[in-house]
Amino acid sequence: MAVDAAALRAPARARAPRLGGVVGGGIVAGYLSLIVLLPLAAIAARSGNFRNAVTNREAVSALELSLVLALLVALVNAVVGTATAWVLVRDEFRGKRLVNTVIDLPFALPTIVAGLTLLALYGPRGWTGVDVAFTRTGVLLALLFVTLPFVVRTVQPVLLELDRDMEEAAASLGARPTAIFRRIVFPNLLPAILSGVALAFARAVGEFGSVVLISGNLPFKTEVASVYIFGRIQSNDAPGAAALSLVLLGISFAVLLAVGAVRRWATRHDREA
Amino acid sequence: MIARLSLRFGVLAYLAAILLVPVGLVFWRTFEHGVHPAWAAVTTPDAQHAFWLTLEIAAIAVPLNTIFGVLCALAIVRHRFPGKGLLNAVVDLPLALSPVVVGLALYLLYGRNGWFDALPFQVLFATPSMVLATIFVSLPFVVREVVPVLREIGTDQEEAAATLGAGAFATFRRVTLPAIRWAIAYGVVLTTARSIGEFGAVSVVSGRISGKTETLTLLVQDKYESFDVTGAYAASVVLALIAIATLLLMTMFRPREERT
Amino acid sequence: MSRIALLSVLLAALVVPVAGARTTDTTLSLVAYSTPKAAFATIIPAFQKTSAGQGVNFTQSYGPSADQTQAIVNGLPADVVDLSLEPDMRTLVKAGIVAPSWNANKYKGIVTRSVVVIVFRSGKKIRGWNDLIKPGVQVLTPNPLTSGGARWNVLAAYGAQLKLGKTPKQAEQYLYKLFHHVVVQDKSARDALNTFLAGKGDALLTYENEALLAQRSGQPVYFNIPKATIRIDNPLATTTKSPSAAKAFARFLYTPTAQHLFAESGYRPVLTSATKGFSFPVRPQLFTVDYLGGWTKVQKKFFDPNNGLMAKIEASLGG
Repeated sequence: MAVDAAALRAPARARAPRLGGVVGGGIVAGYLSLIVLLPLAAIAARSGNFRNAVTNREAVSALELSLVLALLVALVNAVVGTATAWVLVRDEFRGKRLVNTVIDLPFALPTIVAGLTLLALYGPRGWTGVDVAFTRTGVLLALLFVTLPFVVRTVQPVLLELDRDMEEAAASLGARPTAIFRRIVFPNLLPAILSGVALAFARAVGEFGSVVLISGNLPFKTEVASVYIFGRIQSNDAPGAAALSLVLLGISFAVLLAVGAVRRWATRHDREA
Repeated sequence: MIARLSLRFGVLAYLAAILLVPVGLVFWRTFEHGVHPAWAAVTTPDAQHAFWLTLEIAAIAVPLNTIFGVLCALAIVRHRFPGKGLLNAVVDLPLALSPVVVGLALYLLYGRNGWFDALPFQVLFATPSMVLATIFVSLPFVVREVVPVLREIGTDQEEAAATLGAGAFATFRRVTLPAIRWAIAYGVVLTTARSIGEFGAVSVVSGRISGKTETLTLLVQDKYESFDVTGAYAASVVLALIAIATLLLMTMFRPREERT
Repeated sequence: MSRIALLSVLLAALVVPVAGARTTDTTLSLVAYSTPKAAFATIIPAFQKTSAGQGVNFTQSYGPSADQTQAIVNGLPADVVDLSLEPDMRTLVKAGIVAPSWNANKYKGIVTRSVVVIVFRSGKKIRGWNDLIKPGVQVLTPNPLTSGGARWNVLAAYGAQLKLGKTPKQAEQYLYKLFHHVVVQDKSARDALNTFLAGKGDALLTYENEALLAQRSGQPVYFNIPKATIRIDNPLATTTKSPSAAKAFARFLYTPTAQHLFAESGYRPVLTSATKGFSFPVRPQLFTVDYLGGWTKVQKKFFDPNNGLMAKIEASLGG
């Protein structure tokens, strides 16, 4: 019997969506609501006295510090992360596999352990003899630790897939390595770098565990937003804490949407195929 | 040539300074006075309870997030519905949100004058709130790992199975699941690592009840604050060993594109 | 489906620890500020040896005084509450968790005493209040918003100036100067001590019992009790819903045995007979919070989060 391929395909497509289906969708929606949306709604609803809470000097200072440090960290990671990815992909040396594994360490190590060791290293009696505990530099070092993997891991796959033909062609035409990097490699890496930078920024702006021991909690000097919010909770100022959390949330959300947009733009060619 | 060597050296030096020295220090400080004090510190009843509590919380959070992760990935990749972009953002939100904010939200929900403050069992300052916080922070990982793989494999095989008469669940079990199992495994490793290492959110909701609501990470802070530096580092070593095991598992299950 | 079985097991695992809390023995929840942990480590076993203490188990929680107060208000289970200062206890009374008659016993609800001292390192000569504001001196004190100890420090500094003959205006100026010398504001008294021991700062303001405890733990700590300083009174109460064992424990804490154990941990006992064998110098210009007008006045003047003196001082530290 002749089978009409098109007729067969239509019902199949109608059936495939049953994977998941209404029950699955219900579970997903319910789970997300309980775990994520409900807590967020509570914060939005209970942030009282919004203007005062977010415009008082200590809050603004904490927010500023978090944003500036996160930006700095993101920029450092953009450079070092790309360099690291380059070395891991294009270079060969003994122990490279070990290094590749170790990159994820900040991700696997609990933040409080990172904080403890950073304090031991860079504190007043630390190994390095450099005392930056309770300073902004100390906080910066802690943030550099926890954000290290982000840019590396977003750039690596892109670099691996990159077609070397264009670079080799350019080299054979006499272009210098820096020019090749600047004009051929870098534009291809840029979306991935931006994606990693956005993730590093979002992580750094809210970081708590690794910072709480080394920052010293000095208002206006080393108090970051997350520690300030923690202090507000403990001072029975839940509405004030919620208000600043909303601001932080808004920033994180904006960063995430930006990452999503960058990803979509970067993969637009894949979709058009 | 010089450029390549100096780049390599520069990168390795940075990594050593930022990564390896801190971890080496954890081991050094722990065993500075010998193995015995460190062992004694991690085998006290409080420490043992902290260890089991940490595992208990992870044992609840990880399976739940895995099931959710797979279902959510299926929903995102295989279905059309309005607000998908929003769903993506909400799922990714825990990655960008400060853990302290998570703790605050739970306070607002389950504390006095909270929306759910009249529940018959203790939520805040007890295991349930710590589980909720841990689920929140480790939510995205399975989803994010499975989605690209699901996208890549496409629906061809699933459609073929459907035309051959396979039901939805059988199709999932025999066609989809085997294709995504390594992505799931990788996601599970990431989720577990995040659950065990959570500090900020559980710090807000735990109530610091030693022997009852202290996880391993909270124990590190507690020991440090009680002048028990060896104990703090010993607990850190346990966590560092778990981290190293996680790293090895991550290397094993890493998606092929990232392997150099 | 093994998956459903797994889910059921996990859900059961969530519920069982909660249900399993009900045993035939009594369990008391002790919630305290950050410093008496070592003291209770000896006192609880001593209580459990008495007839009233048979079969009584304890869960313990220690943290910054204001933090713990807020946690209790938010539902942290507590049967016996030991806090750093009275206003925190009054917060609990206002929330209906502690009865208003909590301080009706002959000790007015105060279970331990101490004084504010200045801890210093060997080398730099820092003994008195005026040394703290000399150029280049770095001072440590916790954050007054979260730490009870910090509030005692502020009152000690202010009151000492008054005792030395300064006017209230000048005493306020002293506080401004002092806080400009503060380099770290930790959450709790214990955190501040740890920061000092880690090598930060030249001087630390803390409870005498903290300094003594650090010394007895072998830490290289020296301290001086200034001529003019404040007497610290730590309040203790049982909560309204606590079992009778809680009241028995509270009573035990005033017995010579318990007070003696407190003294061994560096506290000044409220029971005068328990001070025998310990050296607790009494300074000539020791004052209490009554000298400054009592807690209600002091809370409003210094610690009101919007208009209090400390809020103004913290704001002046910025920029």
